[in-house]
Amino acid sequence: MDKAKIVIGVIGADVHAVGNRILEYAFSSAGFDVTNLGVMVSQEEFIAAAIETDADAILVSSLYGHGELDVRGLREKCDESGLEGILLYVGGNIVVGKQPFAEVEKRFKKMGFDRVFAPGTPPEVDIYFLKKDLGTLTEAEREAGKEIEQYNEHAEVGYAGSSTD
Amino acid sequence: MQAVLLIDFGSTYTKLTAVDLDKEEFLGNANSFTTVETDINDGLARALAALKTRTGELEFREQLACSSAAGGLRMVVSGLMPELTAEAARSAALGAGAKVVRTYSHTLTSPDLAEIREIEPEIFLITGGTDGGNKEVILSNARALATTDLQCPFVYAGNRVIADEVSEILKEFDLTVCPNVMPRLGELNIEPVQERIRELFLESIVYAKGLSQVEELISNIMMPTPQAMLKAMELLARGSGRVEGIGDLLAIDLGGATTDVYSMASGSPRLSSTVIKGLPEPYARRTVEGDIGMRYSVDGIIAAAGIERVKEISGLDSDSISHWCETLRADPAQLPDQEEIEALDFALSCLAVETAVTRHAGHLEEFYTPMGQVFAQSGKDLRGVRKIIATGGSLIYSSTLNNILSYALYNPQDPGSLKPEKADYLIDKNYILSAMGVLSERYPDIALKIMRKELLHE
Ligand code: B12
Repeated sequence: MDKAKIVIGVIGADVHAVGNRILEYAFSSAGFDVTNLGVMVSQEEFIAAAIETDADAILVSSLYGHGELDVRGLREKCDESGLEGILLYVGGNIVVGKQPFAEVEKRFKKMGFDRVFAPGTPPEVDIYFLKKDLGTLTEAEREAGKEIEQYNEHAEVGYAGSSTD
Repeated sequence: MQAVLLIDFGSTYTKLTAVDLDKEEFLGNANSFTTVETDINDGLARALAALKTRTGELEFREQLACSSAAGGLRMVVSGLMPELTAEAARSAALGAGAKVVRTYSHTLTSPDLAEIREIEPEIFLITGGTDGGNKEVILSNARALATTDLQCPFVYAGNRVIADEVSEILKEFDLTVCPNVMPRLGELNIEPVQERIRELFLESIVYAKGLSQVEELISNIMMPTPQAMLKAMELLARGSGRVEGIGDLLAIDLGGATTDVYSMASGSPRLSSTVIKGLPEPYARRTVEGDIGMRYSVDGIIAAAGIERVKEISGLDSDSISHWCETLRADPAQLPDQEEIEALDFALSCLAVETAVTRHAGHLEEFYTPMGQVFAQSGKDLRGVRKIIATGGSLIYSSTLNNILSYALYNPQDPGSLKPEKADYLIDKNYILSAMGVLSERYPDIALKIMRKELLHE
């Protein structure tokens, strides 16, 4: 079967590049065909790249706190551009300050994201959920995933946004 | 003396340039008004006679030519996303010296197909999808094209995965498959397509263009004229290996209907922290502004620059501007022989140069964040380019050339536009660039030395 194709990038005027490179490395190693748009990516660039590469999912990162503004309308634009039903994930430090993750997740899901990831989520978790959503988990991965499912439960009680100051 | 004759079969003029290989110098040039529809051989003979009155009797050991006859190499290109594969296809065709009549993106509709039939392109370039990327739109476009009775050769340079399917769909047509112009997102591979375009041009298109009348010369046609320009300038900038080049440069060919801008520069960002946006651009880049020209596209200049700027630079009021524009439209052969036309012509030249170079040059966007400025660059940073070349009749005969060319420079009022900060102006007064591009196919060192003599007065 063809490799699953994903588009990743850091949205808005955000220059935090480290996590983006880690994600590229992690997803490529896990067998995905990754198109990495790098930092400072606009909604339009995500969409154009997803159409041209026929991507299965768009993974949006936001680290600098303006994520909630930057991603607004992305789902609608995807629908408008013929990308109906494409998987949309968002992660990083997606809001400003400490806010309960469960609420943040709810707000982003309302904006059309299929999954929302808490700060510091390790790539194995992201990979597990993406394979799950694409229906490509192997039996062994599904078994090992039981723990990961719990990780996400755990995040529900954590915080979104900045965690260090 | 070993004289070589270089011929440029243009749409309206046949231009001749003679050079001496021994002395490595320009001997003379001459033009004659001719079109392929009428009297190409007569035109050639007339131009040759005119040339010889200037240079004396000449015995040519070789004759080499380029052609933009009958409207140039007219291409139509299609891609998927306007800013990605459609742009890559367009840029590949322009770099091959084609005139890109129309660029389509997304699915071709029936009105699009009707328009394409109307255009009757000489080559159709189909692209779209990265390798392994989108299939549906490109297949649908191939199927749509298969329903037409287009006679032109097709080149396919899209998603590699469906190349066989596309060949099958278009099996009744003359189709060549080339490597994808954009194998991965943002990665360009345009040289193979450009090579194929040139082959097609030489194999079949020059014949169809009525140039078969000049039977004995046809095998000497090397390339389309704009490609000869690109070759000349790339050689001039980079050098030949044995003869030194002059470094990064920008060139402007301001014509009556369109304006071509060429840059020979990598254009990489000044600061390593600058984020690069959009498609990478080739070192040797050509853009064509179809709405910017000194006679047939005056309205385009005014629309792009705004009437206020025209007033400001020309010192004329709106009424006289529209009066004189009317005059120019009615008689494009009009030369600036009256004070007011001269003032208007000057303003239009300045704004044509400014608009065309601004569109060609890269842009820097600035973002303010709590940690200071962050920059994102799209296109090439040409601020460090120090040579600007003026070529083309509308520029090289102007007495106010330096003032006009200063509009190609970086303007602090528009700091995001990455035009040269300061530059020496070089004038292609004998219009030798395309001829030297052709000559460089056989004698690169000599072509470069002649350009250096002519442009730098060495
Ligand atoms: C290094 C750094 C910088 C560097 C970035 C250098 C560079 N070019 O990369 C510099 C100095 C430029 C910088 C600037 C700023 N930064 Co800063 N920066 C950091 C810091 C210390 C580390 C970021 C990092 O590299 N982490 C390591 C990587 C591996 O982790 P990650 O980025 O989180 O990514 C991982 C996961 O989040 C996840 N992930 C990320 N995206 C996605 C997406 C999906 C779909 C999924 C599934 C997973 C996922 O996977 C990644 C890999 O494991 C963080 C604090 C911190 N400890 O996180 C602050 C931090 C991100 N910065 C912050 C801020 C506010 C800024 C500034 C606005 C001002 C400032 N205070 O300096 C500017 C903004 C500049 C701009 N326009 O973007 C805040 C953000 C606050 C918020 N969101 O509420 C933070 C959290 C610091 C803080 N506690 O205040 N910063």
